[in-house]
Amino acid sequence: MKRSFPIFAVITAILLAYAFYEAIWVAPMERTMGDVQRIFYYHVPSAWTAFLLFFVNLVASVIYLVRRNPRADAVALVSAEVGVVFCTIVLVTGPIWARPVWGIWWTWDIRLTTTLVLWLIYVSYLVLRRFSDSSQTPKLAAVLAIFGALDVPLVYFSIWFFRTQHPQPVIGGGGSIDQRMLHVLLINWLAFSCLALAICWARYRLELLQREVEEVESLESLRGVPQ
Amino acid sequence: MNSTGFLYAAYIATWLIHGLYLASIVRRYSRLRQRMKELGKGE
Repeated sequence: MKRSFPIFAVITAILLAYAFYEAIWVAPMERTMGDVQRIFYYHVPSAWTAFLLFFVNLVASVIYLVRRNPRADAVALVSAEVGVVFCTIVLVTGPIWARPVWGIWWTWDIRLTTTLVLWLIYVSYLVLRRFSDSSQTPKLAAVLAIFGALDVPLVYFSIWFFRTQHPQPVIGGGGSIDQRMLHVLLINWLAFSCLALAICWARYRLELLQREVEEVESLESLRGVPQ
Repeated sequence: MNSTGFLYAAYIATWLIHGLYLASIVRRYSRLRQRMKELGKGE
């Protein structure tokens, strides 16, 4: 397991470099937006990856509530934290794309607002995990995670059911996409998913180590050994 | 800023966020390993 991580990290780095090359030099230029449309190759895969991580968080939280498995709790925490990182990227790259295309950085459109609410819910989740010392914290956090996950389909389907300024979905929605662009989009999604997995892997090991240190510290304090 | 400038800004922001987060993981990991050594429980 320890050996496979560096190999996976190298494969991920190569895939990310290739995906970057495809996004900048291979994907055809969009006629009306020009180069700024290429932000789409980072924005959309980051959003899909964030949704995937919040789904993992939901599943791990339910498993924790049912079985009280501490490893499921660790997976829930890790997936929420990495999901917030990807969701932050969505919220940063979206306005950078919107400024030249819409002429504004932000609008209180249903898609944008629900995404911001989603981000705030998971930031609250992380704040709860970070600053609450109660033994009930994992249980409360798991319940909050279930409520947070309810916002994910709302974000995704908001542009289907409401009039919105946000572009229509390119897959399974009203929008359409050039096949070469779709190919580049999927390569970038694969690369970002591998990056997310590698980060989660590293963060999970960190979480286990953190719990081990806390356990040793509490044992030491029980024994009264000076620290 | 022109179209290409916004594109670079978005890509740089993405890698900056990932870089900062990865740096925080490395920093936390080093601190915990140090703490484990102090407690005499090296990994």
